Amino acid sequence: MKNLALLATLLTGALLLYGTKDFPAWGDPQSPASTYLSPHYIEEAVEETHVPNIVTAVLGDYRGYDTMFETVVIYCAGMAVVSVLRRNRDEEE
Amino acid sequence: MRDIYEHTAGEDLIIKTSVRLLVPFIQLFGLYVIVHGHYSPGGGFQGGVILGASFILLALAFGMKTSQEYMTIKVNTVFTNLGAAIFIGVGVVSALFGGLFLDYAALNILIPLGRIEWHSFGIFLVEVGVGITVMSIMVLLYWNLSSGGALDEGL
Repeated sequence: MKNLALLATLLTGALLLYGTKDFPAWGDPQSPASTYLSPHYIEEAVEETHVPNIVTAVLGDYRGYDTMFETVVIYCAGMAVVSVLRRNRDEEE
Repeated sequence: MRDIYEHTAGEDLIIKTSVRLLVPFIQLFGLYVIVHGHYSPGGGFQGGVILGASFILLALAFGMKTSQEYMTIKVNTVFTNLGAAIFIGVGVVSALFGGLFLDYAALNILIPLGRIEWHSFGIFLVEVGVGITVMSIMVLLYWNLSSGGALDEGL
């Protein structure tokens, strides 16, 4: 069973590494993200959101969904710690 | 061993005085980082961590009970849920008023500030929600981990 899990992990890893061959190179100006998405953010962010800090505009508005689940992840971490560790004095006695 | 530890930990005059002087400024700086996230590096996560650290510093220097006088367990629980609820609530309300989920411009019907201005203000609302959640979760994690879940006395 352990060997099977190891085999599955290695196979998935190899497939993912094989997939990275088709990625655009680092900082490639012809990659899809650099040709229309990044220029749109850089040119339009201040006009579209009236936020001078582009990082905040992308994080809070264009990628608001992402930021929401980042908050939910932190919330879940807190709830997990509470549900594992928290105990009341009355229950012990 | 336990007795010596209890008598020396946090009893130092220098530590107590410097923490008492520092905490208000740390909290003010945390609020500044949240509110000024539109113009400089910062935002909800960073400011929330700074605010949470101020309460942890209080707990380290004066004991966990003192920090619970300034932020009670009940308030902490409310804040934890409130922050996440603000974020998701803003998204749901903007969806109810005819926009997409988290499309702040739709809230212009509610309070007419201008559609573009609402993008800016919506980000601010969301950052406040993030800050509240991160602050209370930081304090909650410290309380639970350092006291083994009893929340009475920690490090």
